Amino acid sequence: MSDAEPPDDEFEPVQVFGDETEMDLRPGSDDCYKCSTCDTNCPVAAVDDDFPGPKFQGPEQWRLKRKEDRDIDDSVMKCSNCMRCDGACPSNVPLSQMHNTARGEYVDEQMDTLSREYLRNRMLSNYRFFASLGSKVPRLANFVAGLGVTSWLGEEVLGISSEREMPEFATRTFREWWEERGGAGVSNPDKRIAYFHGCYSNYNTPEVGKAMVRVFEHFGYEVMVPKQRCSGTPMFANGMLDDARRAAETNVEEFVAAIGDGADVVASCTSCSMSLRQEYPELFDIHGIEDLSAHTYEAVEYLRIHEDLDGALDDADAAFPDLAYHAPCHARNQGLEGQAVEVADRIDGVEATDVGDSCSGISGTYGWKEENYDTSMKIGEEMFEHMEDADAETGMTECPTCAMQMEHGTGYDIRHTLELLEAAIVEE
Amino acid sequence: MRTGNAAWRPTGATVAISDDVLVVGGGVAGVAAALAASDRADVRLISHKQSTLRSASGLVDALGYTPDGEGPLVDPFDAIGDLPEGHPYERVGAAAVREGFALFDDAVGDTYRGSHTDRNALVPTHGGTVKPTARYPASAAAGLASDRRDALLVGFEALTDFDAPMAASHLDAAGVPFDARGVTVRFPGDFRADAKVTRYAHALDRDEDLDGTPARTALAEAVKAHLGDEERVGFPAVLGDDDPAGVRADLGADLGADVFEVPMGPPSLPGLRLEDRLYEALAEAGVRVESGNPAVDVEGDGDRVRAVYVDRGRRKVPYHADQFVLATGGLVGKGIDSDREGVREAVIDCHVPHPADRYDWFEEDAFGDHAFARFGVDVDRDLRPLSADGSIDYENLRAAGSALGGYDFAAEKSGGGVSLATGYAAGDAAGAAAAGAADETAIHGDTQ
Repeated sequence: MSDAEPPDDEFEPVQVFGDETEMDLRPGSDDCYKCSTCDTNCPVAAVDDDFPGPKFQGPEQWRLKRKEDRDIDDSVMKCSNCMRCDGACPSNVPLSQMHNTARGEYVDEQMDTLSREYLRNRMLSNYRFFASLGSKVPRLANFVAGLGVTSWLGEEVLGISSEREMPEFATRTFREWWEERGGAGVSNPDKRIAYFHGCYSNYNTPEVGKAMVRVFEHFGYEVMVPKQRCSGTPMFANGMLDDARRAAETNVEEFVAAIGDGADVVASCTSCSMSLRQEYPELFDIHGIEDLSAHTYEAVEYLRIHEDLDGALDDADAAFPDLAYHAPCHARNQGLEGQAVEVADRIDGVEATDVGDSCSGISGTYGWKEENYDTSMKIGEEMFEHMEDADAETGMTECPTCAMQMEHGTGYDIRHTLELLEAAIVEE
Repeated sequence: MRTGNAAWRPTGATVAISDDVLVVGGGVAGVAAALAASDRADVRLISHKQSTLRSASGLVDALGYTPDGEGPLVDPFDAIGDLPEGHPYERVGAAAVREGFALFDDAVGDTYRGSHTDRNALVPTHGGTVKPTARYPASAAAGLASDRRDALLVGFEALTDFDAPMAASHLDAAGVPFDARGVTVRFPGDFRADAKVTRYAHALDRDEDLDGTPARTALAEAVKAHLGDEERVGFPAVLGDDDPAGVRADLGADLGADVFEVPMGPPSLPGLRLEDRLYEALAEAGVRVESGNPAVDVEGDGDRVRAVYVDRGRRKVPYHADQFVLATGGLVGKGIDSDREGVREAVIDCHVPHPADRYDWFEEDAFGDHAFARFGVDVDRDLRPLSADGSIDYENLRAAGSALGGYDFAAEKSGGGVSLATGYAAGDAAGAAAAGAADETAIHGDTQ
């Protein structure tokens, strides 16, 4: 857009506010016309009367903060970072960016770093660190995590809900498997992807990572697995922006190098792809971060765009259970909510039912916190009911923590869309 | 906007995402087009954001006033034949208007009223005006201004968008054939002062326990003391989201009066419920729906559109189809965009006729006859957008809804009807063309 040149003597509103040195959230704030559509989409506000909703957390709080000596309202820690408000806003207000920024400021400046809440949140958001320790001795770690005394201690000392079962560590991580198989099975300088496996498919569900590698190799891709750290999603949600930035520096450096080798970046977790493509450039100014954002895709999305996936599936059948599919909020925000069921519809022998557009309620680390557990389960109720109503006894989703919640609420076994694709098109 | 053109990169995509008909836009026009096309074609509907139905009253108008301001019209169909050339109704004809409403009636079933007649209904609004409309939610049925029974309007202290005493005196001043009286009560229970409208609706849906009393009973109790001889009671439109009929029935039984909703501004429960109904109808028709990313560009191939490009965050992904429908909305829905330089159609850059001097776009009087209200693309009688020289842009691209120019939906009260009529006409033609193309391919294949 090119504005007409303003005459010299005319009042020019932008000059009143001087030069911004920080991220400028003013234009986004000004774009809010208070229709409150975001508030009607917020799953937390729907069940928690104390939560003022995204319109307050975003543009209204930003405006209040223009006054001196204004603290961030502590209700910002109740936002689960599901980001549904982003997709709801008809005016493109960057609500989640505002929430992330406010939460980061709250944690940095108002939270007691010796408090139990801070330590607990720091631990939860640095899941990868503990997972990397646990997975060194997976059987022992799983045993200890399964002890009643551990979950009692977790709740009493740390405020981690004892209702939740700790995710089991795999006895062999994805990266160990990758090393043992000797890395890429296909070499192809013209078709390369760099796999962002994230923490969960490395330490907890390596079968998802393996499915990802096999499916992409089936289509002739050379898969690269660069060194990587957490995508930052749990850190954003806990306002630990310094931790997230450190992890981002490694990720940007490693994956931009892979992009230089001709690769696109593909993630199997929809929150990881969300983080790399949207939150990274919104929150950090790191050389190459825009490039990484522009090259990052979710795995099924990538295949649908670049390969004739429909054609590959037309004659495919899979020995796979019927599925109750839940689209994670972060998939929804990338516009990917319909693709899994579309893909499943092509495969003979499998019926997939979409369980609707409600939020699972766990939102990463949110539902793990003792004080959020009840809210989390209340939000999830609608999804649980729809899963029970669906003609299936197995769940499917792309988000690891949605999967935990689905399993927790229904007892179903939960699979990943890539596992379905593997069953349909990869020959044994 | 979070992304700029400069940051886009090509994706090297194949024709992986491909359908018979691609509808761009998820409002009433887009939904109508997708439903109309789905009889004969595989249809995908994409929308940037949730539809602006959430901001709409839920009333679906046909034509309340002529472009010259005559009205309220008793029968919209008496006036449709006299509309000026270029008006969307003139383009598609009265038959398409009927088909559009028939498609709507089919999709919403008994949740809406008004299909028994061509004539306009008169529905009281939350400002106390009376609006001529063609279809109204069942929840507003007992509130019609043509009904001679006296009415009590009830407002809630914390819900400042509806001032019941003021609305009642406005209705009186408008000369309605009944006595209207307004009272303001406190909504029972302990809600935040700024509780969302959906919060009240869900409390009534679930009949939540409010200080020991079920919500529906508690609300009826709060109103009873104020109820005189009135046979009907109007509330702001927050009476349930999932079970509005049940909420009204219980309140009505407790009060001994008919209960109705007065349509409200955004966020609007009647709009939300309508959105739910329409999207259920899309699911039943097998239409694939995607939301979250904007359509931003088009790839042409001579006189045909090959693909519409969707911005998935710093990259453009092509969506191929045989036929395309542009139902991206007007100035509010952001299908029509403007800056100081000019006015344009946001996705395909179709021609939007407008005065060169932007001071000619509007009138001084706030409620004057603004030119901007009629900004939109010009189309031929098959709804294909026209260039400045009057030629067709693309033979397989049609436009529908408020992306069209030549009408002022706010002044005429014609928004819903134009969206239904042109959505139906565009979708029906797109579906037929796509089916025709498929037949040709099949015949061609048979001969080989």
